[in-house]
Amino acid sequence: MSGFVSGLLRLRRGPWEMVASILIGLGIVMLMQPFVLWAFTWSFIVTLTGTVMFLIVSHFPE
Amino acid sequence: MTDSTLDRVARATPPRVARRIRGLSDRAIAWIFVAPTIILLLAVNIFPLIWTIYLSFTNYRANRPNAEVEWVGLRNYQRILSDPEIWQTMQATAHFLFWTLFFQVLIGFALAWLINQKFRGNNLWTTIIVLPMMLSPAVVGNFWTFLYQPQIGIFNNIISFFSGADPTSFSMIGDVRLAPWSIVIVDTWMWTPFVMLICLAGLRSIPDSIYEAAECDRASKWRQFWTITVPMVLPFLMLAVLFRGIENFKMFDLVVQLTGGGPGSTTELTSINLKREAFEKWRTGYASAYAVILFVTVFGLASIYVKALNRVKNR
Repeated sequence: MSGFVSGLLRLRRGPWEMVASILIGLGIVMLMQPFVLWAFTWSFIVTLTGTVMFLIVSHFPE
Repeated sequence: MTDSTLDRVARATPPRVARRIRGLSDRAIAWIFVAPTIILLLAVNIFPLIWTIYLSFTNYRANRPNAEVEWVGLRNYQRILSDPEIWQTMQATAHFLFWTLFFQVLIGFALAWLINQKFRGNNLWTTIIVLPMMLSPAVVGNFWTFLYQPQIGIFNNIISFFSGADPTSFSMIGDVRLAPWSIVIVDTWMWTPFVMLICLAGLRSIPDSIYEAAECDRASKWRQFWTITVPMVLPFLMLAVLFRGIENFKMFDLVVQLTGGGPGSTTELTSINLKREAFEKWRTGYASAYAVILFVTVFGLASIYVKALNRVKNR
């Protein structure tokens, strides 16, 4: 866990890609879940944030 | 002395052109070769994407090209993301996506494993299994509507043979509970061979020596399957899931032919709904925002998958 946090602080690709992937996955689940409308409403923002973040952080050093 | 092709081409090149080419660097010549492809990609892919993003912020209607286009900001996105009907189509798509991937991976892998066993008529069976994939989705959708007919359809009669139910007592494409499953069955029937072929390529890439070494170590068949076969086929399987996932997220033709999105809107997938907004209601700006949402979703999904694929490949 401390390795993950220090990776985030030192702007390393692995942990940041993990965060972006979690955001994308969360956004897609929110988009397609059948339970609450507000999650569907906010899903696009979450997916877009994750996708843009993924594009940026994939250029970070290993 | 015989002339090589290179000599003949060099002689046929007009002197002015030859002089001009001789003066170019390798980098410039490389750009000359690559430029047509880049220009084509920009014209066919990138420009429409940018134009769609622009239209998504307007109230443009393609059936009223002379009407004044108004900048509406994020209003299209707000309306789409708070519309219960679109939410409903997303759920229909999720149901279709999840179950088709589940069945295709399960059956596709099982078939690949069976085909990979050496037996007589192996190649003939591969060809027969692959046949559905070669048909046009429109044709498949059309003839499955006949197979699903309650009175004369083979599908209903087979179900009736095994369950004892009256074949006319249920309609696969007319019942709101069964219609979502009817499209899952047809897509699985059509595209399982694709997953099977990719898995088969994975299975055939595993060297026999690994299994022989496992035999020497007295590993059981079950253990060999979980520690050799599955990990080595996994990158191929993930590739198949990526391809099918993206394709099924955009699924249109097969479902339109089969159910037309009905009954009601139970099988109206996002792409069918998008087409209705764009070319039946002619709300081009609104449909563009809808398309951008779907694009970002698929792009995000593909990013995760490519990353996962690389990780599995590097293991």
